[in-house]
Amino acid sequence: MTVELLSANHAAARAAALAGRANRAGRGFGGGVYPITPQTECIELLCRQEFEKGEIVRVESEHSAMAVCMGVSLGGARAFTASSSNGLAYMAENVVSAALYRLPIVMMAVNRTLGPPWNIWVDHGDTLMLRDAGWIQFYCEDNQEVADTILLAYRLAEDARVLLPVMVCQDAFVLSHTMMLTDLPSQEEVDAFLPPLELPHAVGGKPVTVGGLDFPHETEVHRREHHEAMLRVPAVYGEIQDEFERRFGRRPADRVEAYRMDDAEAVFVSMGTTASTAKAVVDAARERGVKAGSLRVRMFRPFPEDLLATWLRGRERVAVLDRDLCPGLGGVLWSEVRGVCPGSLVQNYMLGLGGGDIRPEHLEQVLDDLLARAAAGEPRIVEVG
Amino acid sequence: MRSEPLLCGLAQSEDDRPEPVLRAGNTNCGGCGMSIALNMFSRAIGRRRVQMVIPACCGIVTAGAYPFSAYGAPVVASTFASAAAVASGLARVARMNGEPTRVVAWAGDGGTYDIGMATVSAAAERNEDVLFVCYDNEIYGNTGGQRSSATPAGATTTTTPRGKELEKKDIVGILAAHRVPYCATVSLAHPEDALRKFQYALDAPGFRFLHVLSPCPTGWKSEPAEGIELVRLAIRAGLFPVYEVFDGFRTVINVEPELSPTALERYFALQGRFRKNAVDLGRIQEMIERNWKHLRARARDA
Repeated sequence: MTVELLSANHAAARAAALAGRANRAGRGFGGGVYPITPQTECIELLCRQEFEKGEIVRVESEHSAMAVCMGVSLGGARAFTASSSNGLAYMAENVVSAALYRLPIVMMAVNRTLGPPWNIWVDHGDTLMLRDAGWIQFYCEDNQEVADTILLAYRLAEDARVLLPVMVCQDAFVLSHTMMLTDLPSQEEVDAFLPPLELPHAVGGKPVTVGGLDFPHETEVHRREHHEAMLRVPAVYGEIQDEFERRFGRRPADRVEAYRMDDAEAVFVSMGTTASTAKAVVDAARERGVKAGSLRVRMFRPFPEDLLATWLRGRERVAVLDRDLCPGLGGVLWSEVRGVCPGSLVQNYMLGLGGGDIRPEHLEQVLDDLLARAAAGEPRIVEVG
Repeated sequence: MRSEPLLCGLAQSEDDRPEPVLRAGNTNCGGCGMSIALNMFSRAIGRRRVQMVIPACCGIVTAGAYPFSAYGAPVVASTFASAAAVASGLARVARMNGEPTRVVAWAGDGGTYDIGMATVSAAAERNEDVLFVCYDNEIYGNTGGQRSSATPAGATTTTTPRGKELEKKDIVGILAAHRVPYCATVSLAHPEDALRKFQYALDAPGFRFLHVLSPCPTGWKSEPAEGIELVRLAIRAGLFPVYEVFDGFRTVINVEPELSPTALERYFALQGRFRKNAVDLGRIQEMIERNWKHLRARARDA
């Protein structure tokens, strides 16, 4: 292992390259790549990597980037790409297709505000737009987590019980362009962790049509199988956490990461780097005698309803912090969390939209508001910009 | 097991596939030009190992519903715009594993001229080891007959009820301008020439593009039995030049047209799509002569 100072973009590219090379004993590695701010540095670094058995295809659009990944994966090789924001929106048709083909593609997504008007800063609305695309989704809090999650994502995606694509999401600039000490395993260690991919439905020489026509009965079965594969993810993820810890000496965070939750009465629920600020505010609140805690939803798909229900049972007040807005509804995370804890006061706060800097004082205001409430109200947009 | 000769009485050989690429049970309409093209292509493939990518179009609907498939070759049904990109991925994996697999994208005019244009152009520019075949029925056939940028001037479609005014794109000119190793038009009425081109294009390295004029009796409102005759008339009239372009420059005309106004008149008269609205054949004749002047200049200069 070597500890290096890396941006999350470079950590992602290095992890993808390690995973890609690990399949040199299999059918190799590839992917289509296309630039978009703030993801570009990831694919630039990937294009500078040497692969014994790997091809990076410089395509003309995000739509084709994912199409190339599908071709690579259907050919039995390991596939990777990265995108962000409007790029993901343009790619969306093939994002859905990759999941419906049940291909173990891994994509690093840098969360960026959708435009127009154009805004390059962090917002989770882009990947949350793809929440129903049938992909596993992780939201990361630091660069080490980005690298580790890309490595374990292949293990998870390629598990015969799963066979689903994985999106590894990280916050624009806050992580993508921020250097942190990141511990990357050696190629030998990754080789041992990621055995060669054996895709059962890879296209070979047999006259089989992949992705042809379905009538309703077959579609019902295919959708049910897809859903059941998603439902198997938590158990498989648990096994992978154990093995990752055994091999690399650090344990990937749970699907929901809990912070100072033991006796917490007021709880922040958030995703991505918002959780780092939430933890600092929890510490400060506890010094004032407020029993605060934080939950970070790391795996958003499949939705960790079981863990959230366990952690939130009996908590008096819950503030769901969304860095996204579903106009006409409220926060996407809130819309899913609110049904999990029927006994609690659950208030939605949307803050940091368009990359506004969520500072501790903003979350302190949120906590004061939460504690002063007699009942939950309409979702609130907290302007921090 | 030997099957009956499939192609215009061309001799059966030991190199033929044991079963055609397009098998019985496919759902193509009677007289579909794409069916004929696939049968010729099947003969050309012989014992080669192929993988096909077919985007959303009649070409994939004809496979029938899961778990059956009328295709006697491995096929990926891709999204509409993505055939050339998915094929690029498959071809790269075949190459990095040292496999002789020939990857073929098989798309209609919609998936080539229109929604697939950027993807095809990019794969051509990257000189991917992919054979891209466009079976051009000059219409969105699968959705019931809407105009595409391959629809010829004068044709009535469900979205051009008064007849299309604009001429179709010069798709081979566009692809040849990418300086790819091989581009050609394929005539279903000239099976020896077609077979030679299919075989050459299967074996040549890099990006190859074939353009097949593919009669669609349903969309053209023509007799299913007259498809080959229509192709022959289009060639005699000079509407559909039969030629090939090597490396973007060397242009070879394979079938000399008669530039016959009688053939042109008959080509238009046999198709209902041209009968609904008056077509100015004089204008079309001028267009044909202009195109041929340009094509001959290219063939001469090369």
